[in-house]
Amino acid sequence: MSENEVYALEVRNIVKRFPGVLANDHVNFNLRKGEIHALLGENGAGKTTLMNIIYGLYTPDEGEIYVDGKKVEIQSPHDAIRLGIGMVHQHFMLVPVFTVAENLVLGAEPTKGWQLDLKAAREAVRRLSEHYGLEVDPDAVVEDLPVGVQQRVEILKALYREAKILVLDEPTAVLTPQEVEELFVIMRELTKRGVSIIFITHKLKEVLAIADRITVMRRGRVVGTTTPAEATEESLARMMVGREVVLQVPKGPAKPGDVVLEVRDLKVEDERGLMAVNGVSFEVREGEILGIAGVQGNGQTELVEAITGLRSAREGKVLLGGVEAPFRRPRFLIEHGMAHIPEDRQKHGLVLSYSIADNLVLCTYYKPPFAHGLQRNQQAILENARRLVKEYDVRTPSIFTPASALSGGNQQKVIVAREFSRPVRLLVANQPTRGLDVGSIEYIHKRVVEMRDHGAAVLLVSAELDEIMSLSDRIAVMYRGKIVAIVNAGEVDKSQLGLLMAGGQLQPA
Amino acid sequence: MGDHEQSMTSTVWEATRRYLRSVAVPLGAVLLALIIGAAIIWISGASPWLAYKALAKGAFGSAEGWRRTLEKTTPLIFSGLAVAFAFKAGLFNIGAQGQLLLGAITAAWVGFAVHGLPWAIHAPLALVAGLIAGGLYGYIPGALKTYTGAHEVITTIMLNYIAMGLTDYLANGPWKDTSEGNIVARTPEILPSAHLPTWGWLPLGFLLALAVAVFAWWVLERTTIGFEIRTVGRNPHAARYGGMKVARTIILTMVISAMFAGMGGAVETQGVIGRYQPGFNANLGFDGITVALLGKTDPFGVIPAALLLGAMRAGSSQMQFDAHVAKEITDVIQALMLFFVAADMIVRWLLRVKAAEGEEKITLSTGWGSH
Amino acid sequence: MSTPASYANPKLFWKRWGGLIVTTVLILAAIAYYYAREPHVTEAVLASTLRQSVPLVLGALCGLIGERSAVINIGIEGQMLLAAFIAFMVNVWTGNLLVAVLAGVFIGAVLGLLLAFMSVTLKIDQIIGGTVINILAIGLTGYFYQVGLSAKGKLNPIPLGPLAKIPLIGPVLFDNPPITYAAIILVFVVHYVLFYTPWGLRTRAVGEHPRAADTLGINVYLVRYVNVTIGGALAGLAGAYLSLEAVGSFDRLMTNGRGFVALAVMIFGKWTPLGSFGAALLFGFATALQTQLQFGGKINIPPQFIGMLPYLLTIIVLAGFVGKARPPAADGIPYEKEG
Repeated sequence: MSENEVYALEVRNIVKRFPGVLANDHVNFNLRKGEIHALLGENGAGKTTLMNIIYGLYTPDEGEIYVDGKKVEIQSPHDAIRLGIGMVHQHFMLVPVFTVAENLVLGAEPTKGWQLDLKAAREAVRRLSEHYGLEVDPDAVVEDLPVGVQQRVEILKALYREAKILVLDEPTAVLTPQEVEELFVIMRELTKRGVSIIFITHKLKEVLAIADRITVMRRGRVVGTTTPAEATEESLARMMVGREVVLQVPKGPAKPGDVVLEVRDLKVEDERGLMAVNGVSFEVREGEILGIAGVQGNGQTELVEAITGLRSAREGKVLLGGVEAPFRRPRFLIEHGMAHIPEDRQKHGLVLSYSIADNLVLCTYYKPPFAHGLQRNQQAILENARRLVKEYDVRTPSIFTPASALSGGNQQKVIVAREFSRPVRLLVANQPTRGLDVGSIEYIHKRVVEMRDHGAAVLLVSAELDEIMSLSDRIAVMYRGKIVAIVNAGEVDKSQLGLLMAGGQLQPA
Repeated sequence: MGDHEQSMTSTVWEATRRYLRSVAVPLGAVLLALIIGAAIIWISGASPWLAYKALAKGAFGSAEGWRRTLEKTTPLIFSGLAVAFAFKAGLFNIGAQGQLLLGAITAAWVGFAVHGLPWAIHAPLALVAGLIAGGLYGYIPGALKTYTGAHEVITTIMLNYIAMGLTDYLANGPWKDTSEGNIVARTPEILPSAHLPTWGWLPLGFLLALAVAVFAWWVLERTTIGFEIRTVGRNPHAARYGGMKVARTIILTMVISAMFAGMGGAVETQGVIGRYQPGFNANLGFDGITVALLGKTDPFGVIPAALLLGAMRAGSSQMQFDAHVAKEITDVIQALMLFFVAADMIVRWLLRVKAAEGEEKITLSTGWGSH
Repeated sequence: MSTPASYANPKLFWKRWGGLIVTTVLILAAIAYYYAREPHVTEAVLASTLRQSVPLVLGALCGLIGERSAVINIGIEGQMLLAAFIAFMVNVWTGNLLVAVLAGVFIGAVLGLLLAFMSVTLKIDQIIGGTVINILAIGLTGYFYQVGLSAKGKLNPIPLGPLAKIPLIGPVLFDNPPITYAAIILVFVVHYVLFYTPWGLRTRAVGEHPRAADTLGINVYLVRYVNVTIGGALAGLAGAYLSLEAVGSFDRLMTNGRGFVALAVMIFGKWTPLGSFGAALLFGFATALQTQLQFGGKINIPPQFIGMLPYLLTIIVLAGFVGKARPPAADGIPYEKEG
C-alpha cells in the first residue's frame, strides 16, 4: 500500500466531548475501498460516537473527514447520504408499521406528480434484492418480519441511497450464529460489488472471522490497527481492555439444594397478544445458577416479567418455595425472598430523578425501619444508603445525588445493593451486565456467584453466550417461546448452544 | 462528578443558591408577565403605573383590602393544591373546577337543609360533605384512567361541563331558593350555624387552606403514600417493579386532589358567598393550574402563588375604578405568567440561570392509551 | 395485512369492511324510515348533524395531523376560541367576511406555531403547552371583548344549483354555507396528503419513529412545525365557523369544550380523517338530537341533562375506544436530537 493511497473514508484527529466524557480523543481511522474494516472496542469505547460523527448525527468538536480523498463537512445524515455513506444502526431505524417498500423510500420517495409512487418503490425493492441477493417481500409490514430480515431491509435502505460506504453497528447482537453466517456472506458479496464496510463489534471471534483489518478503540482513543493474521483473541482482548482479562469467572462447583423456583407450563402473551412464552417449565434449586440462553426476542423478557410479577400469564403456575405466586403482585414475591435485577435498569430498576437513598428503599420503603405506620423514617433511609454505598462501592459524590447522574455501572451497583440487601432466596437477573464496562461486569459476576454460594437460587437470563457459559451451572435454551433444551454447563460447547438457539437439535453423541 | 465531600459552609451556600435558582424562574415569569401586561394597558390607552398602583392599593391598602385578598386567595390555594398534588403522580387534574362546584353545592345543601345542629358540628359537617362530594367526583376520572385508559385531561374537562349542568339543574330545581322575589338559580342561604367566620381581616377559611397545604406537604414528603405517589409520577414502571399498586395510587391521588378542590368549594360557600350560586366560582379550576405551576407544584409554593393571584383579583375593581382598565387584564397577565413559567427556558435564558442537577421537568402522562 | 392482494380474499374483505358496510346500510335504512314518517324533522336533524359536526371534524383534523407527527394538541379549544374572536372582530372592523375568515385562519395558525415552538423547540410538556394556549385565549378574548358589538353579515348557505333540489339529500348536503363545504373537502384533502404523498409518509414516519426519519435526512422539527401550524389554521377555520357561520356573533367561551370533544372524535376515528368525519357526524347527531329534544318538548327531561349528552358521549367514547386503536408510537414525546 502506497503512502498516498486514496481511502474510501478517512478521519483525522476527531475529538468529541460530552459533558464529563471525552468520547473521541484525536481519533484517526481509514477505510480502504472494498475492505471490511472492523472497529473493535468495549461498550463506551467511543465506536458508536465515531460512527455517528461520520453519519452526521453528531458534529465533532475537532478534526477532519475525507471521502475519496476530498475533505468534507458532514452536518447531517442528509450530507452523509449524499456522500454515499449508509448506516445500519444497532437499534434498527425502521418504522414498524410501514411496509418494506415504504421504509425503503422514506426520505427519498419516488413520485408521480404530487403523489407518492409506491409502485416504483416496490419495484426498487425487487430490483435491489435481486441485484444483491437479499430476498424480502416489498409489501410485508416490517414489525411482522424476523430481526434477520429487518436487518436486510436496513442494508437495502442504504443500498437504495447508493451507499458506497456501509457502517454496520453491532449487527450481530440480535442474530443467531447461523444468521450471523448469512450476514457474513452478504457482507463479502457487497465488498465484491465495490462497497466498503465498517463493522463495529465487541465480539472477538467475529472480527477474526470476517475482517480484512481491525482497529481497536479504548476509552475514546485508537489503540492500534492490526489484521486477523497477526492477531489472536487474547491479543485483541488485551488491546480492548488494556490489561489481561480473566475471561472466566472463578467459581466452585454448585451444591444444589431444595427447589426454590418452579415454573409449570407457563404461557405468556406479549403486547400484541401473541403467545411469547408458550408452555415453559423448569425449576431452579438453591445454590445453583440456571442460565437461560437464547437470541433476544424469543420470549425471555415476557418469561422474566411473568415470574417477577410484572406481567400476567395466560396459563401455568409459578411456585416460589412451594407456594404458588400470584401474577402481577411483585410485592408478594419480594416479601417471599425474590430479588430482581431487571433487564432495563433505567425503566424498571431506578427512578432516575430520585436520590440514591430513595432508590435504595424502592422495594422496602413501607416496612420498618424505613417507615413507622404511614410516616417515613428519614434517618433510617439515609443510614441505609450510607451503609450500602460503602459496602457495594457505589462511586457517587453523595447519597443525595440523583441516580441519573451516575454512570451505568454505578447505577447497576445501586440496584444490586438494593436487591441483595434483603434476605434473598431467589435472584432473577436479566441481562445484568448489558452495556457495562469490564470492571463492573467482573464485579457483578462476582456478586452473583457469591449469592449462589450463600444458598440462593439464581435465574440468569442473558443474550451474551459467554456470560451464560461462564456463570451458569445448568443452561436452558429458549427458542420461539419454548425451552428447547436444558443441559448441564460444561457438557456443551458454544456451537452446540448456537445450534439450539437457532431451533436446531443436538445430535446424540 | 465531584470526587470529594463538600465542606459544611459550601453546602449551606450551595443550598441557598439552589433555592434562589429554583425561585428565579417563577419570579422572572411574574415580572415578565407584569411588563407585558403593562404594555397591553399602555397600548389600550391607560397608564400602567396608575393601574398597578391601584391594583396594589385595592389588594393591600386597607384591612378591608386584605380581607378581600385573603378571601380570593383561599379557593386558589385549594384548587392550586388540587392541581399540584395530582401533578406529583403525573396526573393533570383539569377537573378541579367541577369538583369544586360539587363541593360548593353539597356544602350549601348541608348548610341550608340540615337544621338544629350547633356550629361546632354543622360547619365541619358541611365542610366534610363538600370534601367528600369533590372526592367522589374525582374518583370517576381516576377510575376511568386506570380501568379504561381514558386520558384524565379530557375526561375531567367533560366532567366539568357535566358538573356545571348538574349544579345548574340543582340550583334551578330541587334545591332552588324558593323565597319570595327570587328568580335566579341559587340555593337558599345557609344557616348561621354552617358559616365559617372571618375575624377582622382574617377568614377562617384561609387558615384552613394553610393547614391543608401543610397536610399536602406532609403526605407527599413524609409518608409512604406520598412516596408511592411521587414514584408513580416519575416512573410508573419502577413503581410497579417496587411492588406498588399503580392503579390504586392513581385513583387515590385523584380522589385526594379532588377532595382539596371540593373543600375549596365548601369553604367558598360557607365562608364567602353563604349559598350556592352558579357563576361565582367560574374559572377557579383553571386558575388552579396557573397557581400550581407558578408554585412549582410544591404545596408551599402554592401559597405565595395563590396570594399573588388573589391580590390581583381583589385589587382589580379598584384598578378599574381608578385607572379605567378592564378587570380582565388580570386574566391576560395570569395567562402570560403561566406561559412564562411553562416556557421556563425563555426565562432561564433571559436571567441566565441553569437548571439544577436532577431538577425534575414536569412531564405528564403522555399519549392517550397509557395503561 | 393490508396488502392489495388480500382484497381478493372475500373473508379478509369482510373482516375489514363488513362492519362498516353493515353500519352504513343500517343508518341509511333508519334515515329512510324516519324520513317516510316525519320528513321535516328528519331533514332538519340531518342538516343540523352535518353543521354541528363541522367544528368537530375541523378540530379533529387539527388534532390528528399534529399527532400523526407526534405532537398532542390539547390547545384546540383555545385556538378555536381566539380565532372565533379575531374573525368576528375583523368582520366588525372591515365588514368583509372573507377577510374575517382568513384572519381567523391566520390567528389559528399563529397559535399553532406557538404550540409548535413550545413543544418542539422548548420541549415543554405538550399537555401544559396546550393548556397555556387555552388559558391565554380565555384571557385575551375576555379582556378585549366588548359587549354589544354585532357582526356585519354572516356566512349564508349557498345552494349548489339543481343538486340542492333533490329531496332530503339536497337540503342536507348541497345547501350549506361555505365553511361547511370546505370542511368536507378538507377531510378528503387531508386524507390524500396523509396517505398518498411523500409529505404524508414523512409525517407518519416522524410520528412513529422520529429517529428513523432523522437518520434518513428528514427534518423532524420542520415536519412537526409545519403540521402543527397547519393544524392551528384548521382549528382557526373552525373558530371562524363558530362566530361567522353558526352564530353570527361572538360570545365569551363560545367554543364550549368543542376543542376537547374534537380530540375524542379524533381518537374514535382512529387518527384517520375519514374515521374522524364519521365520528364527528355521530357527535353532531347527538347535538342535533339534543336541540330537537329541547325544542320538540316531547320528552320531559331537564334541559341541563340533555345538554350533557355530547360530554357524556365523549367520556364513553374515550373509555370504550382508547387502547382499541393504536395512536402514533411517538405521540406526545418531544424529540431530542443526539449530540
